[in-house]
Amino acid sequence: MRALIASLLVAMLAGTACAADEAACFVAGHLVQADFALPRVAAAIAAKHLKIVVLGSASSALPGQEGVAKAYPARLEDSLARRLPGVDVKVVTHTKARDKAVEMGKTLELVVAEDKPDLVIWQTGTVDAMLGVDPDDFRSALDEGVDTLQAGKADTVFMNMQYSPRTDSMIALGSYLDAMRFVALQREVLLFDRLAVMKNWNEMGVFDLYTATKKTDTAEKVHDCIGRLLGRLIVDGAKLAQTGDTGSGSPGGTLNKDLH
Amino acid sequence: MAATEVNAMPPVIPAGRDLRLDLFRGLALWLIFLDHIPSNMVSWITIRNYGFSDATEIFVFISGYTAAFVYGREMRDRGVVVASARILKRAWQVYVAHIFLFVIYMAEISYVAASFDNPLYGEEMGIFNFLKQPDVTLIQALLLKFKPANMDVLPLYIVLLTGFPPMLWLLLRRPMLALGASVLLYALTWQLDWNLAAYPNGTWVFNPLAWQLLFVFGAWCGLGGAAQLAPFAGSRLVLGLAAAYLAFAFAIALTWYIPHIAVYVPRWLAEWMYPIDKTNLDVLRFAHFLALAALTVRFVRRDWTGLASPLLRPAILCGQHSLEIFCLGVFLAFAAHFAMVEISDGLSMQILVSVLGIVAMVATAALITWYKKVEERTHGPRKAPPNADLAGGEA
Repeated sequence: MRALIASLLVAMLAGTACAADEAACFVAGHLVQADFALPRVAAAIAAKHLKIVVLGSASSALPGQEGVAKAYPARLEDSLARRLPGVDVKVVTHTKARDKAVEMGKTLELVVAEDKPDLVIWQTGTVDAMLGVDPDDFRSALDEGVDTLQAGKADTVFMNMQYSPRTDSMIALGSYLDAMRFVALQREVLLFDRLAVMKNWNEMGVFDLYTATKKTDTAEKVHDCIGRLLGRLIVDGAKLAQTGDTGSGSPGGTLNKDLH
Repeated sequence: MAATEVNAMPPVIPAGRDLRLDLFRGLALWLIFLDHIPSNMVSWITIRNYGFSDATEIFVFISGYTAAFVYGREMRDRGVVVASARILKRAWQVYVAHIFLFVIYMAEISYVAASFDNPLYGEEMGIFNFLKQPDVTLIQALLLKFKPANMDVLPLYIVLLTGFPPMLWLLLRRPMLALGASVLLYALTWQLDWNLAAYPNGTWVFNPLAWQLLFVFGAWCGLGGAAQLAPFAGSRLVLGLAAAYLAFAFAIALTWYIPHIAVYVPRWLAEWMYPIDKTNLDVLRFAHFLALAALTVRFVRRDWTGLASPLLRPAILCGQHSLEIFCLGVFLAFAAHFAMVEISDGLSMQILVSVLGIVAMVATAALITWYKKVEERTHGPRKAPPNADLAGGEA
C-alpha cells in the first residue's frame, strides 16, 4: 500500500518542476480541519482585502536567495490568491530565529497596532522546547497572545513544531504540544498541527524527512504543501463563519461558539 | 489512630519476597523503554495512552517501597548512621550511572550534529548549540541542572534517595506523621510553586518536591502501611470507585487521540481538569495510580501461582536489577532511534527494535543474576548487609 502510494507520488511529482503536487500535500489533509470559525477573515474576504501576518521563528523561513519566495508564507499567499479570485491577499512575515513565545507576544502588540491584520498565524513552540522554558510560562504566553489578538480584532491560527525525526529524541516537545492544543481548544483558536502533518507525510512516503542533504528541493516542496494546506484551512474557517452567520451583518467573535 | 502509631514501633516488616514488586517494576522498565523511542508505534501498548498516569509512577512507587524495605531493616538492625551511609552510597551509584548515560547521549548528539544537514531543519539544529559551550554544559550536567530529553528520571531518583535518611528515620518511628509531612510538602509545593531550577531555563521536568509524595507513600506501604490499608483497599466500594475512575480516565485519554470526540468533554470539566501536570505529579495522576494499584493488588495476589510461571520470569528478572536495566533501557532507546534514523523507520523496524531491546534487557538481567550467584558461590553469601533480594530486588 505504502509502496504503491509512494510510486504513484513519485510519478506525479516527476511532472512538476519545483512546486509540490496538490494531491501529495493532501495526503495529510484529514489532519487539517477547521474546528473553529474565522469571522474576521470572512469579513475581510467579503470586503475583498485580506491581510495576514505570519509571526514565527526560523522554521517559518527557508535559507538561500529564493528562501522568501519558497517558504510557506509566500506559498500561502499564492494558494489563497488562487482560492479567492478577486480578493486582494497580502501575507506579511515577521520571523525572528530565536524568539520564545513570550517575546513573540510583545511583537504581537506591535503587529496588531501597525499591520492591522485580519489574521495572525502564530508559529511557535520549538524555541521554547529547546530552551526548556517552563511549560506553564509557555502556556500563559500563548494565552496572553490570544488576548492581544482578540483585542486587536484579528483571528488567530496557531502553528506548532516541525516533525524532525533526527532530533526527535533530543527535543522534548510533549508538554509544549499539549499546551498549544490546550490553549487552542480553550480559546477556540485554530491549530495547524504541523507536526502531525509532516509526520504523516514521512510515514506515507510523500517526503523523506530523514535524509541529510544540502539541497533545498524537498524543503521547498514541504513548505509549498504547508502553504496549500494552510490556504484551505483558512478558507474553510471563513466558510464556517459564513454558514454560522445569522445575517446580522456583523461577523462578531461570538459566532464560533454556536458552531462549536 | 495515635495508639496504633505508637504500637507500630518497631513496624511490622512483612517477611519474604514479594515477587509482584519485581514483576511490575520490570514491566514498568519495559514500558519506559518503549515510551522513550520516538515515533514508535509499539508504544501504543503502554499505559500512558489509556489513562492519566504512566510507568514513571509505578517505578517511583516501587522504588520507595523497596528502599524502605531494605534500608528500614538496616536502620533497625544496624543503626541510623550505617543505614544512612548505605542510602547515600546508593544515591552515588545512581549519580554515576546518570553521568555515564549522559556521556553516551553526548556522543550520539555530537555525531548527529556533525553529520546531519538539512535546510528544512535549521531551527531544530539549535539544540546542538550547547556543544559550543562544553564548559558550561558539562558543569551544569554534573550539577544535575542540565538534563537532556528523557534523562529526567534518574536525577529525580538521586534527589529522592539523598533526602530519604531522615524521612526513613521518621517513618520507622511515626509512620503517619511522616506521611503527613510528605503530603504537606506536596501541598506547599503546589501552593507556592516550588521546584528546583534547571539549565538553561525553567525547572525540573519531574519536580522532586512533588514526586516525593509517591516515593514516601511507597515507603510507608513497604513498612507495614500496605497491610493496614489492605481491608480498606480491598473493599467493594473502593474497588468500584477505582474501576469507575479508571474508566473515566480511559474515556478522557481517548479524546486525546480522537480529536473529534473531544467536543463531548464538557467545558467546565476540561477547564477544571487540564492541564494534567506531570511535572508536579497532578492529583489526577496520583489518583489514577492509586486506582490501578488497588485493582492490581486485588486481582494479583501475593501468593498467585502465576508469579512462578516462566512466562513472567523475564519481567521479574528485569525488575530485580532495576538500576542496571533502567540505564540499559535509556541507552537502548537511543540506539533504537539511531537504528531507525540510519536504516529504516518502517513499522517492521519499529517492532524489531522494540522486541530486540526488551530481549537485551532480559538477557542482561539474567546475566547479572547468574554472575551474582557465581560470586556468592565463590565467596559465600555476604554476611551482614541486608539481603537486598529479599526486598524484591534492589532498592
